[in-house]
Amino acid sequence: MSDLNKLGLAEARDALRKGDTTSVELTEACLSAIDAADALNAFVHKTPEIAMERAKAADERIKAGDAPSMCGLPIGIKDLFCTKGVPSQAASRILEGFKPEYESTVSQNLADAGAVMLGKLNMDEFAMGSSNETSVYGNAISPWRRGNDDTPLTPGGSSGGSAAAVAADLCLAATGTDTGGSIRQPAAFTGITGIKPTYGRCSRWGIVAFASSLDQAGPMTKSVRDAAIMLEAMCSHDPKDSTSADLPVPDFEAALTGDIKGKTIGIPREYRMDGMPDEIEALWAEGRKMMEDAGAKIVDISLPHTKYALPAYYVIAPAEASSNLARYDGVRYGHRAKLSQGDGITEMYEKTRAEGFGAEVQRRVMVGTYVLSAGFYDAYYNRARKVRALIKKDFDDVFAQGVDAILTPATPSASFGLGEMTDADPVQMYLNDVFTVTVNLAGLPGVSVPAGVDKQGLPLGLQLIGRPWEEGDLLNSAFALERAAGFVAKPAKWW
Amino acid sequence: MSIDQNTAAKVAKLARIKVEEDALPALAQEFNTILGFIEQLGEVDVEGVEPMVSVTPMRLKRREDVVTDGDQQEKILSNAPDAREGFFAVPKVVE
Repeated sequence: MSDLNKLGLAEARDALRKGDTTSVELTEACLSAIDAADALNAFVHKTPEIAMERAKAADERIKAGDAPSMCGLPIGIKDLFCTKGVPSQAASRILEGFKPEYESTVSQNLADAGAVMLGKLNMDEFAMGSSNETSVYGNAISPWRRGNDDTPLTPGGSSGGSAAAVAADLCLAATGTDTGGSIRQPAAFTGITGIKPTYGRCSRWGIVAFASSLDQAGPMTKSVRDAAIMLEAMCSHDPKDSTSADLPVPDFEAALTGDIKGKTIGIPREYRMDGMPDEIEALWAEGRKMMEDAGAKIVDISLPHTKYALPAYYVIAPAEASSNLARYDGVRYGHRAKLSQGDGITEMYEKTRAEGFGAEVQRRVMVGTYVLSAGFYDAYYNRARKVRALIKKDFDDVFAQGVDAILTPATPSASFGLGEMTDADPVQMYLNDVFTVTVNLAGLPGVSVPAGVDKQGLPLGLQLIGRPWEEGDLLNSAFALERAAGFVAKPAKWW
Repeated sequence: MSIDQNTAAKVAKLARIKVEEDALPALAQEFNTILGFIEQLGEVDVEGVEPMVSVTPMRLKRREDVVTDGDQQEKILSNAPDAREGFFAVPKVVE
């Protein structure tokens, strides 16, 4: 078989089980693709020895007839996941040299399911960003280009390295994390599938924390079926994360019948934004028609507090970040600043954090500090948490009216050029997450499915939002949308 | 609510991030842009609304009050920038 790195998880799994290929062959194909793709800056720590060792072990298991769901399948891991003995620095200078003595629950679950880790993937620093431009490793670059224009484009963020790697076939799939849209926006920008499950489905243990009440891990894959396979392997109840849900993990792949007859799909009127490009509007209308043609009932719905989701997010996420990132003090791990004669412990903290954190991280930590400070806590933080409750109630209300899933655009635009947002104020960049952030605030599952291309040939995605804990049903709706959209575009190789 | 340079300096101090004097005006300006965006929350009627706690109301898990972890000093110190004689080392704290 040729071009093994271009396979998806399901195809590769079936080929392995039939004996048409081996995990070693698949892994070698990915490792050569990775070595030839340094221009994308997607893999920032390569782990070929670990990969080959796990691939050989997987081949043994397959031969012995004991092949768990991801056995022998090579994947990439976002740098936010702690991986034992392998650099895990959340794309930050402050975690330079940090090699965890432990493995995150999600990456352990994947390893237990037989997956082969190829290396660690680029991302925005501490997952704070929408373009992978805040990384200490430098920008990840999208394999996509605007026709013959060679302007480097963003793969999105924060899981930009994961998106670039999957879209460029450097791995079969990758892990991502999503706090405000960090799986779904990069998936949409690069023409792949990404799902953020219900808050609590995946354990957060061992994942570097950004905003603990919003962070969730999820898979970034080449198809909806692959997302179902990998999500199931990632999920578990974990006593080490007190917010992890003690619920059985269903067989998500078995839910993919493609039959959505009689399902009710809601179209929220508040997601029609001023200044939204016509192409996004047109894609959304097409998506609506596709779901209707597949037998779903389409209803117009209202989610009245949508407008307040981003401002609430930009109180809650920085507040939680300022608290979580307090641990980076130059004492226990990572970077410590060189001190001058007479510097005490306060200077050590202040210099270490000024050197170790990039500009966007510093900004958010300080905004978080401000909104939590005495005298402002109620006005900002508590108010934002109440608005969050109203946003969640908007969703509860439409689900109570019988809506099974909600269809929206995934992003307000296609991918943009790296550096094009440099002069914009930070709020302009935050608007990238306008359609995705509501889902994190409400704790719901959301999936981005590639559904078309714009005039310049760049991918565009649609998002489906589901009921809590019903990822199987949501993935089935996404599967129907994927089949109807028939998205097959791939980036032309230039790297 | 507008943030001046003094407030910006105070926030930087609280966050334990060293910000040079000449960077304060730009920082205060950025805070004002972001806080201006957040101000919209003031329009929402939140009278009687309880702050959201979790997606599905569930009681936090409890476990037996027993030791489950520990006795791994070497592993804990392995990533420290400065560890001596089994401890984290920091600049002098007490005079």
